Amino acid sequence: MVKRKWPETWQEVNPGCIVFEPGSASEYHTGTWRSQRPVWNNNKCIKCGICYIFCPEGCIHEGTDGYFYADLDYCKGCGICAQECWPAAISMVEEG
Amino acid sequence: MSKRIGMEVAIAAAEAVALCRIDVAAVYPITPSTHIAEHLSDIVSNGELDAEFMTVESEHSAMSAIIGASTAGARAFTATGSQGLMYMHEMLPVASAMRLPVVMAIGNRAVSGPLNILNDHGDIMMERDAGWISLFAQNGQEVIDMIIQAFKIAEHRDVMLPVNVSIDGFILTHMVEAMEMPDQEEVDRFLPPFKPFETLHPDQPVSMGAFAGNDIYTEISKSKDMALVNSKKTILQVWKEWKKQFGRSYEPIESYKTDNAEILILTMGSMSETAEIAIDSLRAKGMPVGLLKLKLWRPFPYDELKKAVKGVKVLAVIDRAISYGGSGGPVCGEIRSALYDERNRPAIVNYIIGLGGRDVTPEDFMMIAKAASQAEKKAPKDRYVIYGVRE
Repeated sequence: MVKRKWPETWQEVNPGCIVFEPGSASEYHTGTWRSQRPVWNNNKCIKCGICYIFCPEGCIHEGTDGYFYADLDYCKGCGICAQECWPAAISMVEEG
Repeated sequence: MSKRIGMEVAIAAAEAVALCRIDVAAVYPITPSTHIAEHLSDIVSNGELDAEFMTVESEHSAMSAIIGASTAGARAFTATGSQGLMYMHEMLPVASAMRLPVVMAIGNRAVSGPLNILNDHGDIMMERDAGWISLFAQNGQEVIDMIIQAFKIAEHRDVMLPVNVSIDGFILTHMVEAMEMPDQEEVDRFLPPFKPFETLHPDQPVSMGAFAGNDIYTEISKSKDMALVNSKKTILQVWKEWKKQFGRSYEPIESYKTDNAEILILTMGSMSETAEIAIDSLRAKGMPVGLLKLKLWRPFPYDELKKAVKGVKVLAVIDRAISYGGSGGPVCGEIRSALYDERNRPAIVNYIIGLGGRDVTPEDFMMIAKAASQAEKKAPKDRYVIYGVRE
């Protein structure tokens, strides 16, 4: 049986919309709201991590290579990383 | 055994709340509901009730605090009115959406501006769509009874919704009346201890009041609407149990001398008591007039209304509030809409009366009945009349 993330019909809504599964908010992929996504130019990146610090979603992480990557399941495309990146290594690209 | 008492109604309301063995009260005092809070605070500080009385800094906090208390499994209560009710407005739909069975007494008072502390129903009408069960008390006895009933209705597993009880400011809150006060044993027998559906507890973590986007908000809204609509069944059942145990009966719309009535007046709250005097007098003179007393405002009793007006020629709806630039009286707007599809609906006239504490007398209802009796032949010029306005 496929596990549903939330009730399908109004009859399935439990009283008070209580969420019984702790930590299940992570299953909700807020990245679907995004209209632009950050793209790194690692030729310009100096691995300072300012994008990681400023990301309000906490969705940027450091890869094993020392460069930074956004988890696009949660990135809302706000562009703060691109704004704060002083070597201008991040550009915001329209989603198709 | 119930005890016959003579007591100020607001004090009696607090006594009734204490009999319900609440765990938490969070109240910010506001005229005319202040005595409820003051007396409840006395009861708690005297050690007569094992409860937490939170002296919060605002009504917004009062409602937030009892929401929090309820999620922790407490039986929680607050009281307010007018500006205070409007100040907690933001939290009212939260309480109902979270399906928390909190109870609120409202000392109904006109809203500012201009500043006015006296009675009308302008405050509760602004909270009409908050998703609460809404009861209107006619006298002190009904205040006591409805407060105790409110907890039982609210906490019923088929309901789980907040309930407010409207108590006309000053006219009821500050009146000393003769009432029957049930004793603790009787209330305990009627109202079992609160068993919450779910509580916030670290041993079994759940989220309450989480975010819901456009993919589920519609379904949640429908489930909330159905909960309120379906709550009527439980309300009727609780009223039946009340009658069995205490002998006093409650109905969504109570009829008074409606046999063979051609003209019906519909009132809410303490006005109903005044209107009865007018009906008695007009009936004695042979006028076929009767009274409908609306006790259950939400969920709105559509079926009972349709049944009550069957065969009636004129229905005069009395509102104690104005929906500015809209239907006139908010209650009448609702009733017109409820009866629109009825084949033989009565002519409906709307009188707005008693704003900002202006006296409503039996003579006013006699005048209204006489004016309404003409409406069957000739529709009134205006959709609503602000009764007694100087012009």
